[in-house]
Amino acid sequence: MNKQTSQTPLVELRNMSIAFGGVRAVDDVSIDLYPGEVVGLLGHNGAGKSTLIKMLSGAYGADSGEIRINGEKATINNPRDARRYNIETIYQTLALADNLDAASNLFLGRELTSGMGFVDDDAMEAETRKIMNRLNPNFQKFAEPVSALSGGQRQSVAIARAVYFDARILIMDEPTAALGPHETQMVSELIQKLKADGIGIFLISHDIHDVMELCDRASVMKNGKLVDTVDVKDVTDDELLSMIILGKKPGEDAA
Amino acid sequence: MKTFVTKLGIDLRLLGMIGALVALCVMFDLITGGRFLTPRNLFNLSVQTASVGIMATGMVFVIVTRNIDLSVGSLLGFIGMTVGALQVHVLPDILGLGHWSIWIFAAVAATLMGMIIGAAQGWVIGYLTVPAFIVTLGGLLVYRGAMWWVTEGQTVAPLDPTFRLLGGGADGTLGETLSWGFGLVASLAAMALILMSRRRKSTHGFKVKPVWAEAILVALAVGLIMAYVWTMNSYTIAKGALPRIAEARGIEMTDGLVLNHGVAIPVIILLIVTIGMTIISTRTRFGRYVYATGGNPEAAELSGINTRMLTVKVFALMGALTGISAVVASARLGAVDVGLGTLDELRVIAAAVIGGTALAGGFGTIYGAVIGALIMQTLQSGMASVGVDAPLQSIVVGLVLVFAVWVDIVYRRKTGV
Ligand SMILES: Nc1ncnc2c1ncn2[C@@H]1O[C@H](COP(=O)(O)OP(=O)(O)OP(=O)(O)O)[C@@H](O)[C@H]1O
Ligand SMILES: [Mg+2]
Repeated sequence: MNKQTSQTPLVELRNMSIAFGGVRAVDDVSIDLYPGEVVGLLGHNGAGKSTLIKMLSGAYGADSGEIRINGEKATINNPRDARRYNIETIYQTLALADNLDAASNLFLGRELTSGMGFVDDDAMEAETRKIMNRLNPNFQKFAEPVSALSGGQRQSVAIARAVYFDARILIMDEPTAALGPHETQMVSELIQKLKADGIGIFLISHDIHDVMELCDRASVMKNGKLVDTVDVKDVTDDELLSMIILGKKPGEDAA
Repeated sequence: MKTFVTKLGIDLRLLGMIGALVALCVMFDLITGGRFLTPRNLFNLSVQTASVGIMATGMVFVIVTRNIDLSVGSLLGFIGMTVGALQVHVLPDILGLGHWSIWIFAAVAATLMGMIIGAAQGWVIGYLTVPAFIVTLGGLLVYRGAMWWVTEGQTVAPLDPTFRLLGGGADGTLGETLSWGFGLVASLAAMALILMSRRRKSTHGFKVKPVWAEAILVALAVGLIMAYVWTMNSYTIAKGALPRIAEARGIEMTDGLVLNHGVAIPVIILLIVTIGMTIISTRTRFGRYVYATGGNPEAAELSGINTRMLTVKVFALMGALTGISAVVASARLGAVDVGLGTLDELRVIAAAVIGGTALAGGFGTIYGAVIGALIMQTLQSGMASVGVDAPLQSIVVGLVLVFAVWVDIVYRRKTGV
């Protein structure tokens, strides 16, 4: 972390909290992210990982807390605001309009238009073909609505959407959950490449091996609270696992 | 047969609806011994379809976004009554009786009034999150009541003569020459659209349809347009109306003079609305967002679409189209009574649904809704001309509605969309 402390963080989430009814889904969590860094978010089901990153992506408004981007206070009230800060998100639910085709989903909210302001479906399909060719060369279903795609194909569309628009901050909520081994490998390579380009990535995953392999740091959450953030190279798989299960910092005794 | 159709690029649903329409027409023509497919009847049929057809295009957007609008019939009545009173009781005092611009003021007022009321409903639905069913059910009662207030329940008549041209009738047509001109322009436009789409696709290196398929499509489009114009141009104007119409068209009245109707103005309005709404639905961001929101509201919101504002816009558009329909409907009748538009909301919803709009949201086409309106009107006029009495008519229409939606559900399940 030494090299990072000298730099301004790309994202700082400070004392973020949100409650749904009585449930404190995220409770006073602070995490930061540096350019070119991958931070893994781990935790049991319902720990609050998705909810935390949804406050950054503008899907939820935080009850309290502060978001800083490049050291400056950021106001993110809705997904449009987040996009303005070049924050792109792959949601766990994928957030695809099932009745539209891949290209329409990829460009949803940011359609390519022709000179007269009409949406240019052909140009969008051509672009979609290009990017899908890089991400998932087997993908051929460009004319069908995405409801006709397999889970992995749908996930590829969601990934393509997040990386197409030059993100500076990328949020990936279990991006490979539905992917086959080959496609997962391609996403891993993609993450390495984006990292090298200086993009900051939050990666939510249940796969500890993925996290150990791809992430620089890992933050573990339990019941809405942050257990700890550790450098991946300082911990073992087992230590990380016990953080998730027992909610104890490494070195602390399991009570 | 199936591969032939796929090559043409026409979807099966469209083909099915046109098939149903043709079957109905042929059936009624056989039963009536050739009295159904006459120029006169087809003229009336297309004029009667206009009002519901115009509103049905807007209802597609409403239903696609998982909403419903039960208020359109009452709103049509309220707007019709208001602009009726405006042109009969208010504008003549300001501009002078029979002033040439009265119809313009009335038509613009109708559209604006519909748009504002629609936007207000949309705001309550989108921002206060009261369900559309409730808001527009309330609207149904409110506007019918408000309509009564405008004139204390009295019928407004006679409407401005120029305004009445917007409703069709012997005067409210393009006349023969203009109708041919219109047919020519429409044919050229259809050709240009098909060619442009082909060129756009090939510049991106996409597969295009075989040339023969495009040629058949062009021939079908041009043939349909010209056949319709020709039919309207064979509907002869009755002897009694001849002197008046000859004068209006600037033709000298002679003994052997024969004049024909030509394409009716409300049909032109319906056509313009249909083309406009088709462009909005397929070629604009707004249209894309309507479908995205219907398919997955949460995904639309996460993609940065302001779905609340979208709801306001959709209902404002529905209201504006209701205003246009109010013009057409009141102009056709020449007078407005408190019953104007009664039950139209159900006809409009039925037209959209028969045309393949899914109540679950996300699916529906503009052309489908217009053909749906045409099917409904054909069914109704056909039964009337066969001599089916009113109660049985509504029973049949009700059964057909349920049957059509069932067919649509089966079709969707089979094709997996
Ligand atoms: N929209 C909501 N309304 C009410 N409660 C919610 C909502 N979203 C999340 N929660 C609750 O907040 C808590 C955290 O949920 P969250 O989705 O963030 O968990 P997660 O860590 O992403 O879990 P998983 O690994 O299963 O994806 C859960 O108890 C959940 O039930
Ligand atoms: Mg989650």
